[in-house]
Amino acid sequence: MKTPHLWFAVLAGAALAAAPVAAPAAKPAPKAAIYTVTLKDMKFGPLPATLHVGDTIEWVNSDIFLHSATAKDKAFDVELKPGAHLWTTFHRAGTYPFTCRYHPGMTGTLVVADQAR
Amino acid sequence: MLKAIGFAAAVVLAASGANAQAAPSKSGGPNDAQIAHIAYTAGGLDVAAGKQALAKSQNKAVRDFAQEMVRDHTAVNDQALALVKKLGVTPQDNPTSQGLSKDAAAKLASYAKLSGKAFDKAYVDNEVAYHKTVNGALSTVLIPDAQNGELKGLLQTGLKLFTEHQLHAEHLAMSLK
Repeated sequence: MKTPHLWFAVLAGAALAAAPVAAPAAKPAPKAAIYTVTLKDMKFGPLPATLHVGDTIEWVNSDIFLHSATAKDKAFDVELKPGAHLWTTFHRAGTYPFTCRYHPGMTGTLVVADQAR
Repeated sequence: MLKAIGFAAAVVLAASGANAQAAPSKSGGPNDAQIAHIAYTAGGLDVAAGKQALAKSQNKAVRDFAQEMVRDHTAVNDQALALVKKLGVTPQDNPTSQGLSKDAAAKLASYAKLSGKAFDKAYVDNEVAYHKTVNGALSTVLIPDAQNGELKGLLQTGLKLFTEHQLHAEHLAMSLK
């Protein structure tokens, strides 16, 4: 699957019937970490200072509104219904500013380093 | 305090006489049944405005914004309905709600005569002013006067949402100039 800047995988949570958006279904690498980012009160919650290739973000929408986590370069685009949990695994290093497609005031940046820790 | 809401509404909506005849709470401000009615009415009116924009505008950014208003305000109002049902509260009509509705009806009729860029500008400019006023009323009257904790919490959630809406509307208004 072609992803110009990033290989990523999105695994649908049980609450959603959404199909995976892209890329190989991610079984996190042996030392990969999973970080939870909660969307609440119209904000992205605390982000990990640095991710490493192979790490996963679990997006949790705790608001009553539809949100998304959408990379500005479209490397990932996760639509999050209220209560949804979705995962994005990063397979390429880079800096990824992102926003909520529906609420442009919600923004954040994820930094993904190579796998060396 | 209810007079203050009526005044705030009048700033944006040019509502006439929307000042304070409803039964006050012990504190002299609106009671929870009135607050719920005002908040629900304000949300519903913005949904109606958004639907008009979706019917009339061809501008993608304006349409995206209008869709956001319809979706988000509907979500809040659905929560509000569920809450008043749970609490066994019957929302109570009041002069502020009536003033909001009256002025919004006039705005819808006025904007129905517009098209193209003139409509887009009128709609978005009004969205800026409307959210600014509603946010002011939420901050200074509705949230402080709400007695029920769950109602207060929902209003606070609404304020965070509407603040984001106001910023979005302001950015959109700038792009339309």
